Amino acid sequence: MSKPLRIGGTLVLAALLYIGFTRGPQAAPRDGRVHITYWEKWTGFEADAMRAVVKEFNRSQDRIFVEMLTISQIDRKLLLAAAGGVPPDVVGLWSMNLSAFADRQVLHPLDDSLTRHGIRRDDYIPAYWDLCEYRGRMYALPTTPGSLALHWNKKLFREAGLDPERPPRTIEELDEYAERLTKRDERGHTVCMGFMPNEPGWWNWSWGHYFGGGMWDGSERITADCPENIQGFEWARSYSRKYGVQNVQLFRSGFGNFSSPQNAFLSGKVAMELQGVWMGNFIDKYAPGMEWGAAPFPYPAGHPELAEVSYVEADVLCIPVGARHMDEAFEFIRFVSSQKGMELLCLGQRKHTPLAQVSPEFIAQHPNPYIQVFIDVAKRTRTFSGPKTPVWSEYQNEMDAAFDEIWLGQAGAADALGRVRVRMQGRLDRALAAAARREDRS
Amino acid sequence: MTEFRRRQVRAGLAFISPWLIGLGVFLLYPIIASLYYSFCDYSVLDRARPVGVANYAELGSDKLFWKSLLNTLFYAAFSVPLGLCLALGLALLLNSGVRGLTIYRTIFFLPALVPMVALAVLWLWIFNGEYGVLNSFLSGLRVPAPGWLTDPAWSKPALVLLSLWGVGYAMVIFLAGLQEVPVHLYEAADLDGANWRHKLWHVTLPMISPVLLFNGIMGIIGSLQFFAIPYIMAPNGQPARSAYFYAMYLYDNAFLYLRMGYASAMAWILFLLILFLTLISLRLAARYVHYEAG
Repeated sequence: MSKPLRIGGTLVLAALLYIGFTRGPQAAPRDGRVHITYWEKWTGFEADAMRAVVKEFNRSQDRIFVEMLTISQIDRKLLLAAAGGVPPDVVGLWSMNLSAFADRQVLHPLDDSLTRHGIRRDDYIPAYWDLCEYRGRMYALPTTPGSLALHWNKKLFREAGLDPERPPRTIEELDEYAERLTKRDERGHTVCMGFMPNEPGWWNWSWGHYFGGGMWDGSERITADCPENIQGFEWARSYSRKYGVQNVQLFRSGFGNFSSPQNAFLSGKVAMELQGVWMGNFIDKYAPGMEWGAAPFPYPAGHPELAEVSYVEADVLCIPVGARHMDEAFEFIRFVSSQKGMELLCLGQRKHTPLAQVSPEFIAQHPNPYIQVFIDVAKRTRTFSGPKTPVWSEYQNEMDAAFDEIWLGQAGAADALGRVRVRMQGRLDRALAAAARREDRS
Repeated sequence: MTEFRRRQVRAGLAFISPWLIGLGVFLLYPIIASLYYSFCDYSVLDRARPVGVANYAELGSDKLFWKSLLNTLFYAAFSVPLGLCLALGLALLLNSGVRGLTIYRTIFFLPALVPMVALAVLWLWIFNGEYGVLNSFLSGLRVPAPGWLTDPAWSKPALVLLSLWGVGYAMVIFLAGLQEVPVHLYEAADLDGANWRHKLWHVTLPMISPVLLFNGIMGIIGSLQFFAIPYIMAPNGQPARSAYFYAMYLYDNAFLYLRMGYASAMAWILFLLILFLTLISLRLAARYVHYEAG
């Protein structure tokens, strides 16, 4: 090999290695503004709504420019980007991802910035603010929130001789209505179920909450098999017992995708369903003529204190540790979180806002006729979310698997939930020990 | 070494360096790192903390680990032999001197080209309990139609059935092997009065036994790493984790529960298991596999 060739080759290799192993150079902004990157998890109309807010922000001032990128499987990508030391400046996660990331110190606590800008818990519906808190510190601000309500099909109510304007108020009424709404054809084949506890199946783990149960004591003890949870799961099981495991499983296997006209609720195969504030969008899109209503989920008779229990979750904006423009990132979050930004975003995504104050126009313009129901249940004190512990994703999978066993009659509720408690208590103990070690170190 | 030799070696290394660097950075380093991390408490986001053999000890008492392992062994135990038989059967049929062999070969190979995700979505509909093609066919035959993916007793058999969709790869390899069998052996067998069964058993199978061994080992490796299809068709291994496979639990530990150390330990156990099964196959091969000399 000739000398010039060798030197040239070495230089090229060195350049490639440099590019490969260092941070890419910041795209030199020619406009003199600070460019920050924002990772968005939504696509479709939800992303369009966020894009409109970003555009509005970029127009509203000339110091910061937000570049929005749509990222799939955002939690896993953030994990890798954070481990590699190249996170975005702002990332939009789900509230249920927060504790795992906050626990590993991947996210910046925002307390100082919040105090500096006078953003307080009182500005928000408390349930949504609290979703962003982990071990006493705030790691995010909520953007589009979600709460749940019982959706019912008024046409099917009428056909079953029920008052279409009166949803069931107690669990006992729900069971009775469900029985009247369930239809079979002449061969005994189910054609409509009044209610199905595992449809859509996204919150199978949570049935205990409607009976006063919970997932843990809030700090160190897993309560998977507390009596209220057992009661909730046994209640769910009563449906597969009453209608036959084989029969309901077969019936359920015929349901189409959630986001399609073959959705069980939209196609009239399930008459009542626990669903979130987003369901109205899917009804408008796939079953535009449908007559439906939404009301707080029923409570066990004799326990009015359990009325209007709802699961809550929210999209959240956070700043990862290692973000290069922390202040500018917060400036953007603050803009999104203003009443104007929030109403633009949440109206676009057709949900409610997490803020305590909303303009009358927001409610008047809102396409979901039941939006007030979702706001009201979120303001109640008996809201719940997944427990704020880094072991929640595993805990949830275990609970869902236990639900399956109970639903299929493979195990009793006390037995299956007891096994989950033992397993997850071990996991939680270890996570707490790890968190204590980290706190010692820092 | 002369100066000339040394220069040649250097040039040779320089030419293969893209591959060498790739191997080192993307394969060798991760493999060695995973061995180290398997003895650590490691979440990817924290520094790894050595914990000795704690991960391996915990796996021993982890019921879900055993369940996922047994599910995987069940799947492998049925899908590998069935896949081999079907692939061999198709190859034998195609090798029987049919006209238009290339067309048939292409047709039988085509399904193996369908991407995994598309395959999973397609079979979700085929297995659909109420509207699936399979069940409407079965009820036409007046055979009771099971809830393939909703009944824990049927979810694994359903996936075994699905695995036969991809026998095309094994089939073309068998076909190549069959075409290598010397014709004079069949002629000699004919003279000895052998029927087709004798010829299959005493000529064909011994002559293609190396191919059988290769396909068998590849089948074992593939089935023990079964992941993408159940990950899409049976989230969380539902119903009731009856379709929860080893690689799914490994993935969940690594990327969902952030227990990379634990997942690394699982990966090494899987590696040792595959190594063990491969060695057994090779040991059996020494007795049954016939290599043509020269």
